[in-house]
Amino acid sequence: MSIRGKAFVAGIYEHPRRDIPDRTLTQIHAELALGACADAGISLHDVDAVFTDSTVPGMGSLSLVDYLGLKTTYLDNTETGGSSYVGHVGHAATAIAAGKCSIALCTLAGKPRNPNRGGGGGGGGRGGGGGGPNPDAQPEGSFEGLWGLGGAPYQYALNATRHMYEFGTTSEQLAEIKVAASLHAQHNPNAFLQQVFTVEEVLESPMISDPLHRDDCCVITDGGGACIVVSPEVARDLGRTNAKILGHGESPKHADNGRVDLTYTGAVWSGPRAFEEAKVTTKDIRYASIYDSFTITVLETIEDLGFCEKGKGGEFVLDGALVAPHGKLPFNTDGGGLCNNHPANRGGMTKVLEAVRQLRGEAHPAVQVADPQIVLAHGTGGSLATRMGSATLILGQEDA
Amino acid sequence: MTTTGNNLPSPPPSPNFDTREFWDATAEGRFLLKRCNDCGVVIWYPRFLCPDCSSTNTSWFEASGKGTVYSYTVPRRAPGPYRDAVPFVVAYVELEEGPRIMTNLVDVAIEDLTCGMPVEVVWHDTGQGNALYRFRPTAG
Repeated sequence: MSIRGKAFVAGIYEHPRRDIPDRTLTQIHAELALGACADAGISLHDVDAVFTDSTVPGMGSLSLVDYLGLKTTYLDNTETGGSSYVGHVGHAATAIAAGKCSIALCTLAGKPRNPNRGGGGGGGGRGGGGGGPNPDAQPEGSFEGLWGLGGAPYQYALNATRHMYEFGTTSEQLAEIKVAASLHAQHNPNAFLQQVFTVEEVLESPMISDPLHRDDCCVITDGGGACIVVSPEVARDLGRTNAKILGHGESPKHADNGRVDLTYTGAVWSGPRAFEEAKVTTKDIRYASIYDSFTITVLETIEDLGFCEKGKGGEFVLDGALVAPHGKLPFNTDGGGLCNNHPANRGGMTKVLEAVRQLRGEAHPAVQVADPQIVLAHGTGGSLATRMGSATLILGQEDA
Repeated sequence: MTTTGNNLPSPPPSPNFDTREFWDATAEGRFLLKRCNDCGVVIWYPRFLCPDCSSTNTSWFEASGKGTVYSYTVPRRAPGPYRDAVPFVVAYVELEEGPRIMTNLVDVAIEDLTCGMPVEVVWHDTGQGNALYRFRPTAG
């Protein structure tokens, strides 16, 4: 496929000022977005994709769509210095040609004449504080970073509390998810944790941040993973069993102007997009790699992808539902992030890799699903409690 | 029974061009929110434009300082100045005006915590010309 003739530049705007001591970087991006949309004759809320660089305070485009209040289907923070923005236009055209979005905002802003003075407190989202004003601290920083919340477990615990309150989910049900992962990890000689856990052992592990225990959390590991994606022509020539990409969906979920809802994830949007593109339903999925930074991450994601009704995840995971090869929804047969590997504190790639192993029939024989045909890999990023990225990938065997 | 939150540090915020008015008002014990003058929605966190309708026509008003607990957690380990304050409570409080905001709960026993608990704002001076908003169970 070529992008030739598949996309057009419809609106442009250059900031009129050359010295801007009285704006945050994010405010300038907002002005640029409004200006470009006005020139194109569209509303800012028509934008469904954002392409920018890594200098936007926070997590680049994810923090920017939170600030702008956008609901997008595609984000890109590709960082190649000054060439980034030319590349972004090409990436936007590629995404549009592929049907992933239709109105892309590409934006660059900077303030080298007015660099940050002061210590950067509040910008790191960790403890905050100190050093005086930092005009370009990430916009939400002082409203989230001053309350003593450490890393991810402390944030995801907020989701668990609310899910328990609304739906009666229990710590025992969350523990079942760790148990299932550990039953798989025992067969993986490279797994960081190879012991089989019981529900009781999980509940007896130290409390990290109520209601999450240590063993509700993923492992911390070095390492990584990689994969190669090729054209159908190359795939044919390679002569091996390849995993066919059937569908993909993405969505940020952000704080939505204070309408925080801790009971669901971005999978409610990324999942349906992937299923629609793949032309399959949850009933077709024989194996799922579900992002498992914490047990609560898995529980909410299973509901959001539609494997069970919202609020019923706690019941769904009982009775070995997640255990391969015979459970209702065999998951994370490598042991997942909960027991095997969560390299760089990011589990997205390992989710893809085990899904491909399952399709190829190369998972450990004890956990290999019989002829899985169609599998799913789901990734979660950022924080379930504030702003997160969500990506769903559906893969099939070559004749799928 | 452990009453929590009486030993919390109060690290200063980093006011910027979006939030200077908010943090200045905290020195006087006033909790300001922004409202969109075009669509009427209450905006949180404070920012340059309305995230609902993209209007830049917004203005500040004083909130009641009352709300209810939406969710909470009790960190057993914490970074930086909070290291010695554990256990304490981090929560989302749903303000009467609508937004759910992250904060600490104070003057509350951990075993008494529930979602839906009515709370009201208290102010903790940072020593830097502003104060942190925290919430305690509403009296009575």
